[in-house]
Amino acid sequence: MMNDVSASAAGPSSGSGDRKNSKRPKYSRFTQQELPACKPILTPLWVISLFTLVGIIFVPIGLASLLASNDVVEIVDRYETACVPPSMINDKVGYIQNPAISKTCARVLKVPKDMDKPIYVYYQLDNFYQNHRRYVKSRNDKQLRDASKAYETSGCDPEKTTADGTPIVPCGLIAWSLFNDTYSFTHGNGESLTVNKKDISWKSDRDHKFGSDVYPKNFQSGALIGGGKLDSKKPLSEQEDLIVWMRTAALPTFRKLYGRIEEDLKENEIITVVLENNYNTYSFGGKKKLVLSTATWLGGKNDFLGIAYLSVGGLCFFLATTFTVLYLVTPRKLGDPSFLSWNSK
Amino acid sequence: MTRAGKIRDKLRREKLRWSKLYTFNCARPNPELIDFANPFNGLQGPGFSRKVQCNQPSLHRRKPLHYPSNYISTTKYNIITFLPKAIFEQFRRVANLYFLLAAVLSLTPIAPFSAVSMIAPLAFVVGLSMAKEAVEDWRRFMQDMKVNKRKVSIHKGDGNFCYKKWHKIFVGDVVKVEKDQFFPADLLLLSSSYEDGICYVETMNLDGETNLKVKRALDVTLHFDEDKTFKDFYATIRCENPNPSLYTFVGNLEYDKQVYSLDPTQILLRDSKLRNTSYIYGVVIFTGHDSKVMQNSTESPSKRSSIEKKMDYIIYILFTLLVLISSISSIGFAVYTKFGMPNWWYLQPENASTLYNPLMPALSGIFHLVTALIMYGYLIPVSLYVSIEVVKVLQAMFINQDIQMYDEDSGKPAEARTSNLNEELGQVDTILSDKTGTLTCNQMDFLKCSIAGVSYGVGSSEVEIAAAKRIASEFSGSPGHNCFPADYWDNNEDDSSVIQLEDGITCKVVKDPKPKIKGFSFEDDRLMQGNWVKEPTRGTFQMFFRVLAVCHTAIPEHDEESGTFTYEAESPDEGAFLVAAREFGFEFFKRTQSSVFIRESYPNPLEREFKILNLMEFNSKRKRMSVIVRDDSGQIILLCKGADSIIFDRLSKNGKMYEADTMKHLNEFGEAGLRTLALAYKVLDESEYSTWYAEFLRAKTAIGPDRDAQLERVADMMERELVLIGATAVEDKLQKGVPQCIDKLAQAGLKIWVLTGDKMETAINIGFACSLLRLGLKQISISTMNTDFLDQDAKKTIKDNILLQITNASRMVKLEMDPHAAFALIIDGKALSYALEDDMKHHFLGLAVSCASVICCRVSPKQKALVTRLVKEGTGKTTLAIGDGANDVGMIQEADIGVGISGVEGMQAVMASDFSIAQFRCLERLLVVHGHWCYKRIAQMVCYFFYKNIAFGLTLFYFEAYTGFSGQSVYEDWYMILFNIILTSLPVISLGVFEQDVSSEVCLQFPALYQQGPKNLFFDWSRIIAWTANGLYSSLVVFFINISIFYDQAFQSEGQTADMAAMGTTMFTCIIWAVNLQIALTMSHFTWIQHLFVWGSISTWYLFLFGYGFMSPVISGNAFHILIESLGPAPIYWITTFLVAAACNIPYFAHLYYQRLFHPLDHHVIQEIKYFKKDLTDEHMWTRERSKARQETKIGFTARVDAKIRQLKGKLQKKVSSLGVILELQS
Repeated sequence: MMNDVSASAAGPSSGSGDRKNSKRPKYSRFTQQELPACKPILTPLWVISLFTLVGIIFVPIGLASLLASNDVVEIVDRYETACVPPSMINDKVGYIQNPAISKTCARVLKVPKDMDKPIYVYYQLDNFYQNHRRYVKSRNDKQLRDASKAYETSGCDPEKTTADGTPIVPCGLIAWSLFNDTYSFTHGNGESLTVNKKDISWKSDRDHKFGSDVYPKNFQSGALIGGGKLDSKKPLSEQEDLIVWMRTAALPTFRKLYGRIEEDLKENEIITVVLENNYNTYSFGGKKKLVLSTATWLGGKNDFLGIAYLSVGGLCFFLATTFTVLYLVTPRKLGDPSFLSWNSK
Repeated sequence: MTRAGKIRDKLRREKLRWSKLYTFNCARPNPELIDFANPFNGLQGPGFSRKVQCNQPSLHRRKPLHYPSNYISTTKYNIITFLPKAIFEQFRRVANLYFLLAAVLSLTPIAPFSAVSMIAPLAFVVGLSMAKEAVEDWRRFMQDMKVNKRKVSIHKGDGNFCYKKWHKIFVGDVVKVEKDQFFPADLLLLSSSYEDGICYVETMNLDGETNLKVKRALDVTLHFDEDKTFKDFYATIRCENPNPSLYTFVGNLEYDKQVYSLDPTQILLRDSKLRNTSYIYGVVIFTGHDSKVMQNSTESPSKRSSIEKKMDYIIYILFTLLVLISSISSIGFAVYTKFGMPNWWYLQPENASTLYNPLMPALSGIFHLVTALIMYGYLIPVSLYVSIEVVKVLQAMFINQDIQMYDEDSGKPAEARTSNLNEELGQVDTILSDKTGTLTCNQMDFLKCSIAGVSYGVGSSEVEIAAAKRIASEFSGSPGHNCFPADYWDNNEDDSSVIQLEDGITCKVVKDPKPKIKGFSFEDDRLMQGNWVKEPTRGTFQMFFRVLAVCHTAIPEHDEESGTFTYEAESPDEGAFLVAAREFGFEFFKRTQSSVFIRESYPNPLEREFKILNLMEFNSKRKRMSVIVRDDSGQIILLCKGADSIIFDRLSKNGKMYEADTMKHLNEFGEAGLRTLALAYKVLDESEYSTWYAEFLRAKTAIGPDRDAQLERVADMMERELVLIGATAVEDKLQKGVPQCIDKLAQAGLKIWVLTGDKMETAINIGFACSLLRLGLKQISISTMNTDFLDQDAKKTIKDNILLQITNASRMVKLEMDPHAAFALIIDGKALSYALEDDMKHHFLGLAVSCASVICCRVSPKQKALVTRLVKEGTGKTTLAIGDGANDVGMIQEADIGVGISGVEGMQAVMASDFSIAQFRCLERLLVVHGHWCYKRIAQMVCYFFYKNIAFGLTLFYFEAYTGFSGQSVYEDWYMILFNIILTSLPVISLGVFEQDVSSEVCLQFPALYQQGPKNLFFDWSRIIAWTANGLYSSLVVFFINISIFYDQAFQSEGQTADMAAMGTTMFTCIIWAVNLQIALTMSHFTWIQHLFVWGSISTWYLFLFGYGFMSPVISGNAFHILIESLGPAPIYWITTFLVAAACNIPYFAHLYYQRLFHPLDHHVIQEIKYFKKDLTDEHMWTRERSKARQETKIGFTARVDAKIRQLKGKLQKKVSSLGVILELQS
């Protein structure tokens, strides 16, 4: 039909043929929406195999994760209440705020299983909103990085400057509330156990975010003393506790790396920890915990990942089985026209 | 120069006094001189203050007579107003306004995000929309410039004319417009190349009418017909102010101390064209935007698709959700601030600003509400509108580019003039169609005639051909084919085919797809090549052809290329008659002021002159036209053609010789869907004529309102005692493919209404021709009774009568027991005007909806719009109106979708339409393919958009709950900016642009698939809620799996724990994977583009993370080196992503499969058939299903062919039985 039409069109209008054809859409597979396409459909074979495959992949990963998690040996010691002298137990805030009272406290830990080095030492805080917006924003990365930008204190409210207007370095609430409990460890036999506090922060932070020529200035010198103080002789890039602390945690319960013990610990070994309980969590009822933990390729102790993997893998197997059974019981031939709406009416 | 060319030139030189021909229209008393003392009668009101100083344009360049120049501009903006205006337009959208407010607030400390992260996406989105506006406006500007730069000859003083650009024309200018040029402004006609100052105007661009209109200059200005005469031409025009009424004009011309009244016949409107006239002179009255056509241009109402309307509700729901969770969040914040914060010394509560003041928790809470409202803005997809806009523009591009909707004849492709309504095309329920020019070509073909009681013409219509072919195949025993009339159409190409039926009945099918002569498909050897001379009643034949050749108002035009004449006729019927007469050997080749010249070829070639004495025009009331001529032998004859009923009433006693036969033939022609006219004549003697002429003159010169009535009475006196010669049958040719298209659309479940200005009989004929009507369809005709005796109660009586008709018909439809019975409703315009009244329209609609087809005849443009509104509002379903003329504009603008046919008639309909196609048949592809695709694409896209934003937005909420509702977000600002703009936008756009559930061929083969749209299977509330639930589920999975894994433990072997950046980044990675996998599952059609976009988006995220990590830590903050240093080397990061991506999508995947397994939709099954290539291996099944996929139709070609076959079979049976009798006798 088309041929006839074009022939008849060419006859009387041959003179204007060019003009007319110029409006003719150009043929291409793209414009005609005829690009080659793969049109996968969900066949039982595909679906069941896919579920099985996911199951087959997920279950081993789940098992491996569980195994890894099981390999981790973890000692958790909650000490914030235990370290308060019994006389002050009803006035914990008064205790922590009284500089006259010694905050030193000794704890004894028993190693439940062999722990291979490196053993990571963490402190864990509870109910501490490091993720509060007021807190998170209260820092200035330019100042931390560059000695010449000490006056860049925007965002650091309310810890910007001292009373006379000189900037605080590092400014902001995060640095101001630096965690300052310290731990020292001894073996049961009295031999000291060194904690390596080097390289506990990210290398990129040390190299690029905290300047090696930026020294703390006016820090904790105001009327209100927050947390720990900084050695004003050491550049920020070497203040690794600060660097770790400045990585604000996502949740109100968090652990931060304190150091590494680079010695193996034997099962049932007794370790004594002498700690300085300086940090005030009593105001807001937060817990403090000391954690010693090994790590595997997957990180610390975390059964959830393995369980989640096993569950999803299991679900996949279940679905694969269900669909197989459904397929066997009520098979639907694919492309069976009797399922078309006009046939099933 | 050819001889004919010379003749034509001579004709031009002779300057016809054309007015003599137009006894009715143009006969008017001599131009009245108006009392000069009071020249402004009727022109004193405030609306008539325009004063034009002719030939003194300089007076109009400054006050007080300053009028705008002829520069036109249809642009919305100019360089200065663009920014403010376009920005204002953008922020009229509530969603954009919300984002603007958020962006402004982001400059204050209230905002949870950095200012740039709020402003950038908004700027992007608004910028894109504005860029689109700018491009569109630029196009309009270029279009305007093209028009403004056209040139016209203009009087520059001292009788010299020169060419100037249109936009430099001022009021008062004298212009000279040449043949086939457009008028540059509204002009007063002064004189033309014709002596009597008439000219012909084509007003196609104004009202869509193709016939030429005659304009006449005032006698007083006639002598200004040369350039030089304008040297000292001064006159003043006082007239009405600019207004949009095309058919009225009130004004006076003051010239030479006399005042002459002006009326519309002297006004030449801008955008109409000078035809058949060498040149005219005119004075510019209205320029530029003052001109009537510009005053007329209305902005077409902006239409929104039903999906978009529904989307608004979803947006409202999301807004409610937003307010709800923001309130929860701010109450939570107030509680935390009051009770928790005083203890949180590390926040220095004693120094806190109002935003975090534990002493004023309520105030802080209110501030926080604002923060939260901004933060959860991610629930409302900022990019949704812009994505939809981009998608729709691309979809429209595909519609424009579709080569199968390109019409070779007119050289026009389909065009989506607005991209707003693409998806609405997939949901159409009712099509309201114009007839002339839409269903039919408005091109008449002379097909049959009846002369002296004998029927001639063996050509047959398309329907007959197809039926014959089908019957042939049925008899030749290929049952597999009998349900597919479409197949017959497909191989319908052979010029003629003779189908030999087994039993010896020959059905000759003559079909000439390319008529050798336009307007002439007649074929019968008895008449052609002068064979009629051999017929015994030769005189009657001669008279018959003379009526055809003489009784008309057409003008011959010589075509130099082919050497033949073409005719400029008022109606296409007349053109067809003249062509027919020419083919029969009566060539009309010349018209002078008073004569018509015919070249007769048979029996001996000679030229004859017919002096036209009088001409009585055709109008719809008279339904006949006559000429009184004096032939070369001096005899006076009246030749008349008209509607059969009129002519038959006026026959003389001895003129009824052929009445019975002709009547029979007329009925046959009518049944075949042809337009018929009866032809008659009467020989007058001199005295009879002169008595009558005296009477006629008296009537003609009568002054007063009853002049027309008198003229008519006189004409009526003459047109009596006629002698019938025969009848003509002209086929109003259906456009190519119309019956098939209607058939397919009906199979797709669409209802088709025809609204036509034609009279009822014609409409019914066409209804039959395009299969909207067929035998066996019960016709319900509703019309008014004879309204000649109107009295006071008439209106009420008529109304009651129509109500009775409607209720009776409704009852009849209800009581009908046969489930296959079908009804057709035919209503005429007058009845319709009552039926559309408020108290009756619902009865009418109820009846109309229960009928298989509805035809409204004699409807006015306004009624077309009213009917459309009634259907749209009464049924609540989507309506599509299609038409081609200016009279369809109302309907096109009123309907949910307006489609204009960019055919021969003007551009008015197209300009008002949302889509324009070249031919009705393109509608099928536009709806069934593009509509279906676009509907599913947009529906899926919008659902997915909500899913994606809910999945993302809610994680922000959960996290906030963990931060003491302080408004902290776990993600970096940049992640959030990129989420909507880059990381998830391209896949969803590719879904919206490229998704195809089934290929276009399958869409066409299975029209039932279209019903998914009108049934709204893909955008109903259950689906929207399911997607929302899916989003909720995904957000829960993403958030809680991540916080459980990154809770407090080291996340890699180096012992470091995850900070907010690590956790946020992991969570974000999971979301990117989850939503992109989700869209991959949603798609069923992957070209390389989808692959690129989906997998590219995921890769882009990693690339971004990598690149972002390398930026200065001042910019990237805690995300510095995050991928290469902390997350990348940690297996847990990858394992978590894997887990979450799987966990998010497994339920959807299982659901998808379950649905396919147990409740497959049609397109699922067809996809499977195609996938396993079952359509190739089991062709029988495939064709069977294709035929079943057609909706049971009561109208359409299929039903029509059935009826025809029944009829033919009946005949066959008779014949066979009679043969049997003969055989028996012989043995």
